[in-house]
Amino acid sequence: MKCREARELIHGFVDSELGLVWNLEMEHHIHECRGCSGAHERLRAMHTVLSDNSLIFTPAAGLQDRLRARLRSVSRAEDRVWTISPSWRGIGIAAALVLCIAATWQVAITTQHFSTTETIGQEVVASHVRSLMATHLTDVPSSDQHTVKPWFNGKLDFSPLVADLADRGFVLDGGRLDYLGNRAVAALVYRRRQHVINLFIWPTSQPDSAIRTFDRQGYHAFDWTKDHVTYWAVSDLNPEELRQFAEMLRSTEQLAACAAIASDVNDRRTSISVYD
Amino acid sequence: VPEKAEFARFEQVVLPHLGAAYNLARWITGNDHDAEDVVQESYLRALKFFDGFRGSNSRPWLLTIVRNTCFTWLRQNRFSELNTELDEEQHGKEKEPANPESILVLAAQSEIVRKAIEELPPEFREVVILREMEGMSYKEIADIASIPVGTVMSRLARARSRLQQLLSGHRTSGVGA
Repeated sequence: MKCREARELIHGFVDSELGLVWNLEMEHHIHECRGCSGAHERLRAMHTVLSDNSLIFTPAAGLQDRLRARLRSVSRAEDRVWTISPSWRGIGIAAALVLCIAATWQVAITTQHFSTTETIGQEVVASHVRSLMATHLTDVPSSDQHTVKPWFNGKLDFSPLVADLADRGFVLDGGRLDYLGNRAVAALVYRRRQHVINLFIWPTSQPDSAIRTFDRQGYHAFDWTKDHVTYWAVSDLNPEELRQFAEMLRSTEQLAACAAIASDVNDRRTSISVYD
Repeated sequence: VPEKAEFARFEQVVLPHLGAAYNLARWITGNDHDAEDVVQESYLRALKFFDGFRGSNSRPWLLTIVRNTCFTWLRQNRFSELNTELDEEQHGKEKEPANPESILVLAAQSEIVRKAIEELPPEFREVVILREMEGMSYKEIADIASIPVGTVMSRLARARSRLQQLLSGHRTSGVGA
């Protein structure tokens, strides 16, 4: 074993995370090599220092009791819902019936919309997964919004917003042409740490909507419509950060400018040369 | 009533990990008050999702919730801290590596070590806490922080090397060095 290799594996070795074979090789190497043996000793000393009990914060004496009381009260509050006195039950049931009827109306009205969202959501997740499987994540690999945006010229009948969010921790990776809901759409690829985010964009005639969430197979997606453009952000990133991403995009000022063109396109159904 | 039995099971299985939960929250938030809030919030969430917990090891399960609650808290209250990079530049002065004995001396000087750990960005601090103090495996840490196992090892390596650097600056100011 070479020192370079040993220095890569030495942390796994100290943490007992190497398999038997590598473990033996490391032991052998450390026995032979003074440099690596010194590094090993230092790491073990570091472990002794860092695992010292004096560094561990212990909760205040009362925390456990306070916590227990709070958990109890929460769980009791949930029980209470089901143990209302019988005299109230009749009224409760009547109220529930009224609610049911109202809800059915609501459902009837929203079902059509919901099922479209559901179908598109599934398509979006499937498309995200496909993009990760193939070696075809981006058609235009670039972190420069001014390279990615013009690339869509002539490939789409609208010009998507390409926001630069690198300083907010979402790095643009490139763009790709994709096909969703029977139309060509823009797919922008962003990265947050090692997580890939696909952002699908297409014009729509639907009214504005708030950011909604959609989860499938461990992937999270957020979709919203603003100024006649629909956005779907999908990733395996944790939902908090993905929502943050969605909110940043939704509030981006450039949207206004982009939207003007998008709705223009929508109205006239003509292909428009790009503004940039 | 099954709910009652379920709550008793929760108390029995999850509450004993309060120490680990608090330690992680305290290290990430940096103060007692917010650590307590984060821990309480985490336990409420844990209770809510306890139905879905089928595993045998509740400690990493709870710590995952604590960790996520901590990072949500960071995003809301310490956004700038989330964007700090690990300072990995060699700072010149200390060329020769410390000898293990001079590192071991620091075990008696927890304030110095504490400050050094606090200087690490949160993503690096958490792997150090989970590995060195809580003795979690790479796989467990990877699950808790939702990062690949390889990233756990590389973050640990970078964090330790930064800590060695920070601590070696204190060698001469140590006890009768």
